[in-house]
Amino acid sequence: MTAVLEASRLGKRYGHKWALSECTLAIPAGKVVGLVGPNGAGKTTLLELSVGLLRPDAGSIAVLGGQPGTSASQLARVGFVAQETPTYAGMSTREHLWLGARMNPSWDEAFAEARIAQLGLDPRQKAGKLSGGQRAQLALTLAVAKRPELLLLDEPVASLDPLARREFLQGLMEVVAEHGASVILSSHLVADLERVCDYLVVLVDSRVRVAGDIDELLASHHRLTGPRHDRDGLPSDQQVISASHTDKQSSLVVRADGPILDPSWSVEQLDLEDLVLAYMAHAVEADRRPKLEVRS
Amino acid sequence: MIEFHLNKRSGVAPYQQIVQQVRHALRLGFLDVDDQLPTVKEVVATVAINPNTVLKAYKELEHLGLVAARPGIGTFVIRTLSDDSLAAHGPLRHDLKRWLEKARQAGLDEQSIEALFRNVLWSTSAEGVA
Repeated sequence: MTAVLEASRLGKRYGHKWALSECTLAIPAGKVVGLVGPNGAGKTTLLELSVGLLRPDAGSIAVLGGQPGTSASQLARVGFVAQETPTYAGMSTREHLWLGARMNPSWDEAFAEARIAQLGLDPRQKAGKLSGGQRAQLALTLAVAKRPELLLLDEPVASLDPLARREFLQGLMEVVAEHGASVILSSHLVADLERVCDYLVVLVDSRVRVAGDIDELLASHHRLTGPRHDRDGLPSDQQVISASHTDKQSSLVVRADGPILDPSWSVEQLDLEDLVLAYMAHAVEADRRPKLEVRS
Repeated sequence: MIEFHLNKRSGVAPYQQIVQQVRHALRLGFLDVDDQLPTVKEVVATVAINPNTVLKAYKELEHLGLVAARPGIGTFVIRTLSDDSLAAHGPLRHDLKRWLEKARQAGLDEQSIEALFRNVLWSTSAEGVA
């Protein structure tokens, strides 16, 4: 199966600062990918490199096997909804659809009309008068109606209230179920993505910290608690992601493909949020910032 | 047709929750042979989860021999779980009600009753396995 996104040592620099560096990824087709990380981690940079709005300063990127943004046919295969789900405030919903139809060779007019009707949007209303949730839905409709093979969404639900957020994700999943496009959506909140994604990329401080199938990630990560252990005492196939120690107790998050055999550990499953937080803490530790002792 | 509800905090994987809810409905007779399960599209449009999660749940139900996919139409129930047990529900419910009255008279509150029930259920099912 071809990768929808393949990056090799990809980097992007603004002045002296690398917004994205050493990014190597191979995301398989047919996934709903959650791109997670704190603000400023490089999520938007990676998405804009993928759609062709930015050019790399290092390494290479291929999207659906082609170079992003280099030809009209490549552009037609990728749908992009930028942050804050922008629309043209002075144009009506109908004019947005009209524009979409004329600018996209594979435009699906029937789908666009049906979805606007289903959402209960007034085609004559100016986009500037729509609520945040309605505007997000209009932007999603436009991106989907061009029938892309890959849909990129930058923080699509960040500015929405909980109900609009849910309705947006319902709509997005309906589209995925019906048309089978691959999706990459970013968020700084894991909770938003937990249910809808089946593949995760964690980006912290311009670097990919972990990427993979969510089921596999959850199966291979464990929280170990037990009497105080030394770091070196673990088997070589167990990688410590985060660790905190008190004078008596150690608490670790480890990645291990096999079972944990040491009986002095009590082993617990992690949920997705804990897993992501462990990698964020790991990144902080790796950068030699003062370490936080959360547990006591 | 049934509708699924997912509990975020239950700690049970979403696909498992769907499997359990179908089994539950089969056991209580809400679903019967030839009834259709909601389509994947319908499920994701109501609970906003990844379509693959629903597919995984339906595959598991197929594997359990409870449902079968009819290509291009949908997924249908082919076996129920209520067969003989449903008839036994009435008397058992009656016994359980009387037992609950006794527990309340003994001064147990709802949480204590639930804890006791679960405890006995687990210990007897553990004996059954061993």
